[in-house]
Amino acid sequence: MTALLSLRDVVVEFPALRGLKALLAPPEKRRVRALDGISLDVLAGETLAVVGESGSGKTTLARAINGLVPLAGGQVSFDGMALDESPDWHAVRRRVAMMFQDPVGSLSPRKTVRDLVLEPFAIHGIRLQNRRDKAVELLADAGLGPDFLHRYPHQLSGGQARRVGVARALALTPALVLADEPTAGLDVSVQGEILNLMNRIKAEHGLTTLIITHNLNILRHIADRIAVMYLGRIVEIGPVERLLSDPAHPYTRALMAANPEPDPTARRERIVLKGETPALNARPPGCEFHPRCPVARPDCASRAPVLEPATTGGRVACHYPLTKETLSA
Amino acid sequence: MSEALKVEDLSVHYDTREGALQALRDVSITVPEGGIVGVVGESGCGKSTLINALLQLLPENATIPAGRITLQGEDVTRAGTRRLRQMRGQEISVVFQDPMTSLNPVLSIGRQMRDIQYRQQGSRAAKDSRSAAMLGRVGIPDPVGKLAAYPHELSGGMRQRVAIAMAALMRPRVLIADEPTTALDATLEVQIIELLKELQQEIGCAILFISHHLGVIAELCDRVVVMYAGVAVEEGPVADVFLRPGHPYTIKLIECDPGKLKEKVTDLPSIPGSLPDLTDPPAGCIFRPRCDRATEICATPPPRKGLNGAHWAACHHAKVDKA
Repeated sequence: MTALLSLRDVVVEFPALRGLKALLAPPEKRRVRALDGISLDVLAGETLAVVGESGSGKTTLARAINGLVPLAGGQVSFDGMALDESPDWHAVRRRVAMMFQDPVGSLSPRKTVRDLVLEPFAIHGIRLQNRRDKAVELLADAGLGPDFLHRYPHQLSGGQARRVGVARALALTPALVLADEPTAGLDVSVQGEILNLMNRIKAEHGLTTLIITHNLNILRHIADRIAVMYLGRIVEIGPVERLLSDPAHPYTRALMAANPEPDPTARRERIVLKGETPALNARPPGCEFHPRCPVARPDCASRAPVLEPATTGGRVACHYPLTKETLSA
Repeated sequence: MSEALKVEDLSVHYDTREGALQALRDVSITVPEGGIVGVVGESGCGKSTLINALLQLLPENATIPAGRITLQGEDVTRAGTRRLRQMRGQEISVVFQDPMTSLNPVLSIGRQMRDIQYRQQGSRAAKDSRSAAMLGRVGIPDPVGKLAAYPHELSGGMRQRVAIAMAALMRPRVLIADEPTTALDATLEVQIIELLKELQQEIGCAILFISHHLGVIAELCDRVVVMYAGVAVEEGPVADVFLRPGHPYTIKLIECDPGKLKEKVTDLPSIPGSLPDLTDPPAGCIFRPRCDRATEICATPPPRKGLNGAHWAACHHAKVDKA
């Protein structure tokens, strides 16, 4: 399989200081790195889930791919086309659709559902023979009946608004969908419907998807591979079953174990991590996870690990990756 | 064991243009002294209305047509404004979902914590040292220095710890936790649950823990009340409700949690349909329009069927537990 999307050493920076303070500060303090050297490939037809906690750079990653934030370094290429030298974003975004985080907030409150699902055609100047039929067809694909055509976003429930978002993303039959937290803010009983819808559409249209999520429970059911991010870097990437059963990075393991289960009899052996994610402008030296790592050794504080193939499969950025033996011990 | 908080057959209606919206109907919840009771339910089940009713902070268009709320034997619904001000924060306090909006952004942490003690005797220094001790207790590094800090200077997890410190400061008898971990990351969620458990042991307060997250409830609570569309549909010890649910809604809700499925499935379970219109709720069982077991008898109000000891479900078809 070929890579539909590939990222090489992508860096995204944001200004940390403004005005006089920025002029007086040393150059390295003026900006923070939200993404620090991200390299990954999304293969045609696969679903890659990017997981991580707040501030790990998940959303910035999606925005960098879609050109919504400028790159400070590295390159992104989509379907063999480099996206770094002022590409024709208009043409790119026709094939790379985005589903934003807030299902209701990402819809214009003054447009009806009909206008919302037809908006992509208007933006790209595509003439439609029969606008109403197209809108009905798109809504039907997303599991909504024609009675929704004349409703406004505030008249929709979270799940229905999410379906409209799906219909909008699919309007121009894209090749790649970037879904930012597709289940955020949805009830458990509705979550399943939306994920089923996404799985079905993905299979029907042969879509490639990049899903950004902090919902660990859904990973197994939607993703082929998982990339775990911490402080703007990928710490582990690999096939979903492998990461869930034998995580090699201590952070991945802590993250998977931190998920409370709806089973009162479940065994609660977990690593409770100390402290919180450090700020981006105060990255620890060496391995950035070492101050919170339960198995850190002295040299972790001085040597920064790089992503290397793990013995359990996939790639991991850790000097002392966990193995099956250390997991059971 | 005596009750710290008792809600008896509470109904709350909101006056709307479409008529009376029946947000809560005949809800009864008992939180024993020192116990942790969970309330679980999805959007629109009446969780927020319940909290507002407990604190008597309901909006003006709300009425309480029936029911009683007693806090350590005292009827809250009949208490005057002055008495309510005494209760809130001192005897009953809340940890809200979003610590960014529940803390005042323009006052320092120390000032906000001093304000909570306004009724207390003692010097400013004594109050500050009490605040700092509580901040230290909830795991905030450099508690004395943090008194001068403003909420925006703290991370999300730290802010929630501050909110918990404020709620626990006056050693209330009842602590209401309204989705306190929803806005937090998974690794912090675990830390906050552990903290609440420890504080509960130390202060000996009762906790009413409201969440839509089944996993968190299973981990923390002794008893759980399942709510749907303003009605309590099932209640019992956590282990009984999660392992042997009696009400079809509870059964579905637990099935829907993707964390429960250990094997990859292509078709995730969900509950088809949507919440009933609460200005005109269906007669009989509230879950009937979405229930796959519904029969004719479900058009009549379902009885509370005792399943096993203190475990009951409001369903005509619930089966008594043999175990």
